[in-house]
Amino acid sequence: MTGKSVLILGASSDISIALAHKYSAEGYDLLLAARDPDALSDEAADLRTRHGGNVQLLTFDVLDYEGHGDFIAQLSPLPDVVISVIGLMTEQASGEQNPAEARAMMESNFVGPALFLGQIAEAFKQRGHGVIIGISSVAGDRGRRSNYLYGSSKAGFTSFLSGLRAACFAAGVSVITVLPGFVNARMSGYRAKPKLLVASPEAVAEAVYKAQVKKRDVIYVLSIWRYIMLVIKGIPEWLFKRLSF
Amino acid sequence: MKLAGWGRMPEAECRVITPGRASEIAGALPEDGTLIARGMGRSYGDSALNPGAVIDMRRLNRMLSFDAASGQLVAEAGVVLADIIDVFLPRGFFPPVTPGTKFVTLGGMIAADVHGKNHHQVGSLGNFIDWIELIGANNQLIRCSRDENAALFHHSIGGMGLTGVIIRAALRLQRVESGWIRQKTIAYEGLAALLEGLAAFEDHPYSVAWVDCLARGGAIGRSLLYLGEHAAVDELPARHQAAPFHVPRRKRLSVPCSLPSFTLNRYSVRLFNNLIYAMGKRAAAKGSELVDYDRYFYPLDRIHHWNRIYGRKGLMQFQTVLPPDQAAGGLHALLQATAEAGQGSFLSVLKKFGPQESAFSFPMAGYTLTLDFPVNKGTMALVDKLTEIAISHGGRFYLAKDARLSAAALAASDERAAAFAAFRRAQKLEARFSSLQSERLGL
Repeated sequence: MTGKSVLILGASSDISIALAHKYSAEGYDLLLAARDPDALSDEAADLRTRHGGNVQLLTFDVLDYEGHGDFIAQLSPLPDVVISVIGLMTEQASGEQNPAEARAMMESNFVGPALFLGQIAEAFKQRGHGVIIGISSVAGDRGRRSNYLYGSSKAGFTSFLSGLRAACFAAGVSVITVLPGFVNARMSGYRAKPKLLVASPEAVAEAVYKAQVKKRDVIYVLSIWRYIMLVIKGIPEWLFKRLSF
Repeated sequence: MKLAGWGRMPEAECRVITPGRASEIAGALPEDGTLIARGMGRSYGDSALNPGAVIDMRRLNRMLSFDAASGQLVAEAGVVLADIIDVFLPRGFFPPVTPGTKFVTLGGMIAADVHGKNHHQVGSLGNFIDWIELIGANNQLIRCSRDENAALFHHSIGGMGLTGVIIRAALRLQRVESGWIRQKTIAYEGLAALLEGLAAFEDHPYSVAWVDCLARGGAIGRSLLYLGEHAAVDELPARHQAAPFHVPRRKRLSVPCSLPSFTLNRYSVRLFNNLIYAMGKRAAAKGSELVDYDRYFYPLDRIHHWNRIYGRKGLMQFQTVLPPDQAAGGLHALLQATAEAGQGSFLSVLKKFGPQESAFSFPMAGYTLTLDFPVNKGTMALVDKLTEIAISHGGRFYLAKDARLSAAALAASDERAAAFAAFRRAQKLEARFSSLQSERLGL
């Protein structure tokens, strides 16, 4: 492979596919990593046919912590950009009753991606450049009654990215935190509402690429979410604990 | 979910199933009951409505391979024509046949066996389909082509989705040198002159006429004939020669809400038609001009939701094809009836078809006339009258436009309908695939 390349983790999601199209259209070689890459063969064919670029499918399980090192070692050369789109959202109520489910969510949203991106950051710092992009969530801005298991795992991830950004800054490696808000994708059953608050996967991809070009640190895909979360964060705790949303 | 066709009439509450991948589609389909596949919803009537189950194919939109030597594109059925153009025009390829909108899916185009302005030379889209894969009555995937399951192949092209859910297909694109069309406009004062013109200019790859349907008496058939051909690089102005496939992006307009139903009346349409004719005459005086493919093939695509111009009650399309020997009399009668009714149809289009043999596709040798009307209390009666006139002149009807035909009228207009229905019964397709239209028409 020649030229720029991007590694997309959790490549089966709609946001990942949209990102793959965007980066491929911008001339990047694609490394698409997923647990079941065979399921992505049609997507890979589509990406190659539409954009004419290189697409490589890789097997990757973010929960296989011991495997992270080997996975990174086989990346030759190291990609220029790494985007983690890994995320798992299950029902809050079900997670409260079932610790194994809560744990899976916490590990998939926080522990796995953070450990992996931490190691990528080391490799990038040694090389002296690289861009790390983490798709987190507005749900991480404050833990709410209705989805704090998901929210807290994303809060951890957001917080990790914030620290990583500071740790990488001097070495010329940038870290971008992306907070999409509602997205019309499989995770939401393609039924996300209301329209004003919902971004398409393509809009997320556009926003991510723009954030990279403009060297941003933290972006809300739809700016309205910045203000919504500002209000939510501003509610005093004595009142917040009485709210059920 | 409430769905309708592009004419917004009729509407039906339908259960919608949206498969994401080809591999999951068989599992996603309901176990029993009938269903119909749906693409962009650009058929005008009830072709893609089924309250029991509508399969929204738009997520199956992957392009799987392209062979530049043969121009063959293999793609999933939900791929949209606009995307095919965006991807392949820069590489020097263009759809071999295109309908008047690029917001249609590959599967929809095959099911309606769409025709374009070049039908008189190349026939309909089906001629460029090498094979189709569809999910049949037993949820199994079947590949069909001219050599393999040939009967299914021929009945699926133009089969209105009633032979299965088309999943993938191979389409051969044509090579072009640029994204520009050399257009020539010719004005005609009446029908006889227009028909002569259509025959005289058959050597032009693209040809279509706009007809002033409110013109009466001797002016019946007052029209503008638009001829076109793909421009070669050396025909382009110097500034476009370096990037011959790049055409200016047009600003998209939108009709934000339904306009009041009186918007289109005989006076506004007459004014509009006079304006179009006057502008066309000026263009005709200039000789030929270069227009980009988007303006030439898809003028209405520029206006989002243009169907809202027709008001809340929607619009009704009428498209018939009359055999050559009966065309002059039949077209005259159709235009006369339209003008007498004073019904505003500002998109009246006449085009010459070349010969075509097919199982159930719409086109056949002759002349096809398209009219559209805002739905109001006079519309149904007018459309019924036009239907009668067409049948008595040997005409048949384009099901992708239809929302009104009766089973008896279909049978009277097209002897192939009974054979198509028999094929569906014999292959046990009728218990699995149906639309409100197929039920209405007894298919």
